[in-house]
Amino acid sequence: MASRPPADAADPAGQRELLSSGDVARTIARIAHQIIEKTAPEPGADDVVLLGVPTRGVPLSRRLADRIGEFSGVTVPTGALDITLYRDDLRKQPNRPLEPSSLPPRGVDGALVVLVDDVLYSGRTVRAALDALRDQGRPRAVQLATLVDRGHRELPIRADYVGKNVPTSRSEEVAVQLSEVDGRDQVVLRRPAETTRTSEES
Amino acid sequence: MRHLLSAEGLDAASATAVLDTSDALKQTLSGREVRKLPTLRGRTVVTMFYENSTRTRVSFEVAGKWMSADVINVSASASSVGKGESLRDTALTLSAAGADCVIVRHPASGAAHRLAGWLEEAGTQVVNAGDGMHEHPTQALLDAATLRERLGDLAGRRIGIVGDVLHSRVARSNVHLLRTLGAEVVLVAPPTLVPAGVREWGAQVRSELDPELPGLDAVMVLRVQAERMHGAFFPSAREYSIHYGLTEQRAAKLPDHAVVLHPGPMLRGMEIAPAVADAPNAVITEQVRNGVHVRMAVLYHLLAGEEIGA
Repeated sequence: MASRPPADAADPAGQRELLSSGDVARTIARIAHQIIEKTAPEPGADDVVLLGVPTRGVPLSRRLADRIGEFSGVTVPTGALDITLYRDDLRKQPNRPLEPSSLPPRGVDGALVVLVDDVLYSGRTVRAALDALRDQGRPRAVQLATLVDRGHRELPIRADYVGKNVPTSRSEEVAVQLSEVDGRDQVVLRRPAETTRTSEES
Repeated sequence: MRHLLSAEGLDAASATAVLDTSDALKQTLSGREVRKLPTLRGRTVVTMFYENSTRTRVSFEVAGKWMSADVINVSASASSVGKGESLRDTALTLSAAGADCVIVRHPASGAAHRLAGWLEEAGTQVVNAGDGMHEHPTQALLDAATLRERLGDLAGRRIGIVGDVLHSRVARSNVHLLRTLGAEVVLVAPPTLVPAGVREWGAQVRSELDPELPGLDAVMVLRVQAERMHGAFFPSAREYSIHYGLTEQRAAKLPDHAVVLHPGPMLRGMEIAPAVADAPNAVITEQVRNGVHVRMAVLYHLLAGEEIGA
């Protein structure tokens, strides 16, 4: 991570690059190593399950599973867990479309579930994900992996695996872009003037 | 969405959004032990049925309960309606008692529209669960959900609606919604059971069933609504059945991929042969199953988002 030249200079659009495409790949690889170390997945046990929170948590969880397979030789099942129906701010926003949820065939009972999301912010998405998970079964334990932790927690929630800690102000916006969704890999910090949202902040 | 009063005027984007939500809900709930979502916790939904109904009322009630709304059923026969209270007063009473949404079925066409006007000020939302011979939009949505499941995109598909079109709110709602979704609709009915002004619906009208069958992707058989027939519309039930009943011989003329729908309740042997209703390409129980998810989707779109203007 230290090999990258500092990218603090704001570009004309008023956004600053936090992670380049290479950084995103390296960060995912590092988190994959940490998950292997901490959960010690065993071949064929299907004991560790990665569940991505749509939209960008889903491709993120697939990439993590690919890296984990590459590094440890163990295939970990992945799935998607949509939390829209469990949000506590539904009535404060216009209607949100639902994203597909799909669990691996083994379900989540007795598994060590690693929730995967792109940005950890207030913690409310994670709270909703824990509620959604409870309706799906009873995991042995639940952990949380996030590409960016930007602080400002509103609930007693912390991540087990963090790609990058970024101090932010509430008026700023962290936008994670992944090639599967956005056509390229990058994480940028936007100033208040920028209003386009490309990532669900959580 | 503020209310759901008719399929006519429902734009393609809104209809597709409801159908997509319904598909997502079906997928989310499939195989789950606990079929309960917390989404509408604390919202109160009242069903107000001035006509007999099993499937629609139960379907709405299950949909509301699976979304964690409090669902209260009012049937006209067991309420103050029996004492002579007007529709307007009953609705205002329910609204004042805390209903966020009123689901109404009424024998008078236009009842849901009137109700929506009366309840506008109170901010209570209205869903039309069937008004007279006018519309039954959630039925059309669940039919579309079922058709999409079996046929994929409905654009360019040819759907036949057969039978008592005159008295059928299901037919009217389906014509509007299917046309909005890009399908071609052909109505097949005896001339006495074709409503005046049907030309404006944008559907083709035929009086013979047999020549249409080979070209259909789906055929929707309507119930003969004896309770609304106050005149002689056809000589006898037997003659109707001979000309318009979907018999096994007729069903064999449909293409292999074609599906058979019926909004229920079915009159087996009258408009549809028992063997046809139970055949693998009949999706009648699937319609009921999808009805719950579609109504959950409608309640989600009406009640879950931020309050509009209230």
